Amino acid sequence: MDLRFTAEEIAFRDEVRSFLRTALPDDIRRKLVEGRRLKKDDLVTWQRILNGKGWAVPTWPAEWGGTGWTGVQQYIFLDELLQAPAPQPLQFGVNMVGPVLIAFGTEAQKRRFLPRIANLDDWWCQGFSEPGAGSDLASLKTAARRNGGNFYVVNGQKTWTTLAQYADWIFCLVRTNPTAKKQEGISFLLIDMKSPGVTVRPIETIDGGHEVNEVFFDNVRVPLENLVGQENRGWDYAKFLLGNERTGIARIGISKERIRRLKQIAALERDGDRPLIEDERFRSKIAAVEVELRALEMTQLRVAAADRSRDATLPDPASSILKIKGSELQQAISELLLEAVGPFGLAYQPQYLEDERLNEPPIGPDWGPPLAPGYFNMRKVSIYGGTNEIQKNIIAKSILGL
Amino acid sequence: MDFEFTEEQRILRESVDRLLNDQYSFEARRAYAKEPQGFSRELWRHYAEMGLLGLRIAHHHGGSATSPVEVMITAEAFGRALVLEPFVATAVLGGGLLRYAGNPQQCDHWLPKIADGTQILAFAHAERQSRYVLADVAATARLDGSSWIIDGAKTLVLHGDSADAVITSARISGAPRDRDGIGLFLVDAKSPGISRRGYPTIDGQRAADIVFSAVKVAPEAVLGEPGKALPTIERVVDEAVAALAAEAVGAMAAMHQLTVDYLKMRRQFGVPIGQFQSLQHKVVDMLIALEQARSMAMLATMMVDEQDADERHRVMAAAKVQIGRSGRLIGQQAVQLHGGIGMTMEYKVGHYFKRVTAIDTLFGDADHHLTALARGGGLIPAV
Repeated sequence: MDLRFTAEEIAFRDEVRSFLRTALPDDIRRKLVEGRRLKKDDLVTWQRILNGKGWAVPTWPAEWGGTGWTGVQQYIFLDELLQAPAPQPLQFGVNMVGPVLIAFGTEAQKRRFLPRIANLDDWWCQGFSEPGAGSDLASLKTAARRNGGNFYVVNGQKTWTTLAQYADWIFCLVRTNPTAKKQEGISFLLIDMKSPGVTVRPIETIDGGHEVNEVFFDNVRVPLENLVGQENRGWDYAKFLLGNERTGIARIGISKERIRRLKQIAALERDGDRPLIEDERFRSKIAAVEVELRALEMTQLRVAAADRSRDATLPDPASSILKIKGSELQQAISELLLEAVGPFGLAYQPQYLEDERLNEPPIGPDWGPPLAPGYFNMRKVSIYGGTNEIQKNIIAKSILGL
Repeated sequence: MDFEFTEEQRILRESVDRLLNDQYSFEARRAYAKEPQGFSRELWRHYAEMGLLGLRIAHHHGGSATSPVEVMITAEAFGRALVLEPFVATAVLGGGLLRYAGNPQQCDHWLPKIADGTQILAFAHAERQSRYVLADVAATARLDGSSWIIDGAKTLVLHGDSADAVITSARISGAPRDRDGIGLFLVDAKSPGISRRGYPTIDGQRAADIVFSAVKVAPEAVLGEPGKALPTIERVVDEAVAALAAEAVGAMAAMHQLTVDYLKMRRQFGVPIGQFQSLQHKVVDMLIALEQARSMAMLATMMVDEQDADERHRVMAAAKVQIGRSGRLIGQQAVQLHGGIGMTMEYKVGHYFKRVTAIDTLFGDADHHLTALARGGGLIPAV
């Protein structure tokens, strides 16, 4: 047991750092530091820089552009990327549909889609949740019916579809056998968002942002070749997808970067005659998060280092632990950021999250406007990707055998 | 980065587990606690024969000079079995102080006796007023010719009642909380002027209050440079924190397993109570707390030999915070999920709960270390 990075791992970390220093556009970095919203082009630009370097899809097999890094290297890369801070590559392509296609897709599907995911030529979104199928995902109703021999006809509605407003493609769970047991009648379908009959309607969230959408399917024709794997086996692929993300799910690098930001803000905010950071209670609250975060980083590395001994086609219940604790820490930090700005959390100034240069300065400090929206926005992380309560059910069943 | 044990470490773990499975049932432990010194001399000899008391002691002193990982493996197994013997007092604290501060003659004399189990040592440091501040030493040592005269009262000396020799701290100069001016003195526990009052601790182990009244100590019994002992004390206490963290993880893992087993076995309303979601979620919260604690115990172990004292101490403080908080959550919930049986002296889970509660109070509780960590700027630099 040696928990220090090896000389090779340190050299690798330095290589990643120096790449990020030179390759990450400063305007993107500053938006992330300041908590302003990224535009679609920011993610595309950054993904193409990564792809140019050969680091767009590090976890994929080498033949599809993967880097062959060890689990620890994967962790180091993502940790440095998130701390820079650089945008995390769009998860729906790189970490969701991509690995599913690699594991279960046809050769033609892989050739068609994988290179375009790596370069973010195709923007993917995820069509799992429905108005009546949240935590009970398998009760989904969106139906795909074969029409003759050439295509499915899809009818139904998906919801909470993140960034569907930019999407070229959506991967969907659809019901192909309405009479089978609910998990056994589901298929995994790739649908072109430009297909006639697809409608996207925005949902505004409590932070005032527009990340999620409803997506409606009205007699949408989908070629049979867009079925992934076998018909009625989609539930297995969905489980694979949800448990597949092990190295990044805890978002530790983001939390480290946010703690730095928090400390910087708390050093600038004054509470009476001294900076807020000198307040013992406030400092202890930050330190408590730092302790849990350091522990979680070690837990994450334990999972990452053990990765090579796992069967990669099975979901790993350890990812549920990482997701629960990682999301709790992200939320705790967003709370402290809001507390740090004190009364100026009150002023609602969403324009400062979108535009860099406005004629008037904001009410209160420059760093204030994103903090309350950030706090409200972060409530999502314990809900999406399987709520923390569902994660606990998974752990109870698959780790503890209850 | 590598989380695997070596072959030797795996063998060590298996042999410690085998010994404790054979000899340290809960019933056997109850009997050991009733022996005159509150632990089993026979098991102590077994530990010595297996080399567990000399893990960090050099080969030429009868030890095996292992890394801290072997101590972690041993302490974790001791935590699972709720071992009563003075491993931390003698092997970690006593042995550590000698290894770091002892001169060659002192090491030649004492370390082989620690490794072979013939001498039990205790570290007398805490005082009534000192709470968790290691520099807070009011006991005094003054020169009398070439000898030292020690006066003062030490409290909560782990296994101080059974110790053959006591390493005590005392102030040579300065005010009670000064970093400078502290010395370490190794004295025979039966020296004239020493009076000891032994008592049980809440976790079924033993401690003593020790009063030094004009105790005369020969110059060759001074450990290290008189007046400069605090860094040594801090280093050895950090080492003890790492060992206690591992022991706590052993106890937490055992409590968690007992609780999961109980949820599967106990039936109410016609079903095993483990089918109830509110109980499932609690036992998952315990698992997460356990894994977080295990991660920090591993990190603490890796930092034992870190030469940068500030960095080492930051990690130890963080580990102590995590261990304290996880231990409290797991202990309280383990009792709660067992219901009434968890409250009884006859059932094991409550004894684990008491041990992790005791460990939190040793060498600074979670709050103490969190405050210290926060004052020092935390773990992540602002820029």
